[in-house]
Amino acid sequence: MEKQSKKSIFINPLIKENAILINLLGMCPVLGVTTSINNALGMGVAVILVLFCTNTFISLIRKWVPDEVRIPVFIVIIACFVTMIEYLMKAFTPDLASNLGLFIPMITVNCIILGRAEAFASKNTVVDSMLDGLGTGIGFLGSCLLLAFFREVLGTGGISFNNPFTGKQLFSFLPLEAIKMPIFVQTSGAFMMFGLILGVFFAIQLKIEESKKLKEKKAKENLAKEVK
Amino acid sequence: MSAAFTLFMKALLTSNVVFSLPYGICSYLGVSKSKKNSIGMGLALTFVTFLATLICFFLNMLLEQFEIGYMSTICFILVIASVVQFVEMFVKKFSPSLYKALGIYLPLITTNCVVLYVVKQTTDMSAFYGSFNITNSMGLLGDFLFILIFAIGTALGYFLALYLFAVIREKMDAAPTPKGFKGVAIGLICSAIMAIVFINGFAGVF
Repeated sequence: MEKQSKKSIFINPLIKENAILINLLGMCPVLGVTTSINNALGMGVAVILVLFCTNTFISLIRKWVPDEVRIPVFIVIIACFVTMIEYLMKAFTPDLASNLGLFIPMITVNCIILGRAEAFASKNTVVDSMLDGLGTGIGFLGSCLLLAFFREVLGTGGISFNNPFTGKQLFSFLPLEAIKMPIFVQTSGAFMMFGLILGVFFAIQLKIEESKKLKEKKAKENLAKEVK
Repeated sequence: MSAAFTLFMKALLTSNVVFSLPYGICSYLGVSKSKKNSIGMGLALTFVTFLATLICFFLNMLLEQFEIGYMSTICFILVIASVVQFVEMFVKKFSPSLYKALGIYLPLITTNCVVLYVVKQTTDMSAFYGSFNITNSMGLLGDFLFILIFAIGTALGYFLALYLFAVIREKMDAAPTPKGFKGVAIGLICSAIMAIVFINGFAGVF
């Protein structure tokens, strides 16, 4: 792999190498907790924190970990950070923690985190790993929010937002409540919505690639004409 | 007895781990490309889940004895990783043909949410009974039996979902789908219909 610039390490995982939309990794929490924007935001921030901490820590110790036992070592480090986040969330955002429930300890077995540790943090410097962790985490948060937005609007008829620290409702805007479709708040709705989003996303990607190829072809033809 | 049967059927169908929660989506989408692979993965996962639950049930009692319940995630993930490693070594030694069939899926199980989800239930048995409407009159033995039945039911439920999806997907690959939707996207929409059948269709039967 060629050396990437710091900027591209941070920017690439946002959309171009998005863990959810492109690589299809770690989809359990994305489908499970995106019933409301509140939950999606909480989950996304938790994943960003865990990813940032584990990436930093693993790249710090990468030279001392023997190759044969690296996966168990990584997974224990991840489990430690996840446990810390879990208890912090239980202390400061109790409503959010009870809403997310088992999905918080499940961050341990999220493929994104072990994947980034294995593929990036165990080979690169500390600063690069930090940036990569932040970028991947924000990409995850973005796709969570995208799915949660559509599900909440269709499923409850609008958007409401609670203060995660106190549990009080900050605002609630439900203009479509009369025609809401509760199936989108259920898991089956999550599958359907995510399938639709992915399909549209892939279709747009294919279109972009096609138009790029067309442009290249035209440029080549033009060049050939000029040479003649 | 009837409570045990109800628990098993609930874990298998109405609260199927893939369609109701959902856990284990990565491997559900990744391994379902052929029927043969899905059988291998399902068998390996059922075995690992059973063994890990067995060990973690006693480990959790030990943790509670020393009042270090907050260590549960870390300990359980270590148990799962070592069970997977152990099963891999065991199968490699005693049944090379099975090892060939399961080979690549075994290490994947460590990061499968299903195992950790089942194992995590042992930490709070009262919440577990509450969510499945069970009254346990046999004390510790009841705890043990119910959690094992739940483990087998959940793992088989995952197996069932994976196999059904693999069968559908083999047919679906030949169908004419719009460009972007080919593969995973149409698979997810198909899973949505399966989820409606499992969760809403079987609801009220058990």
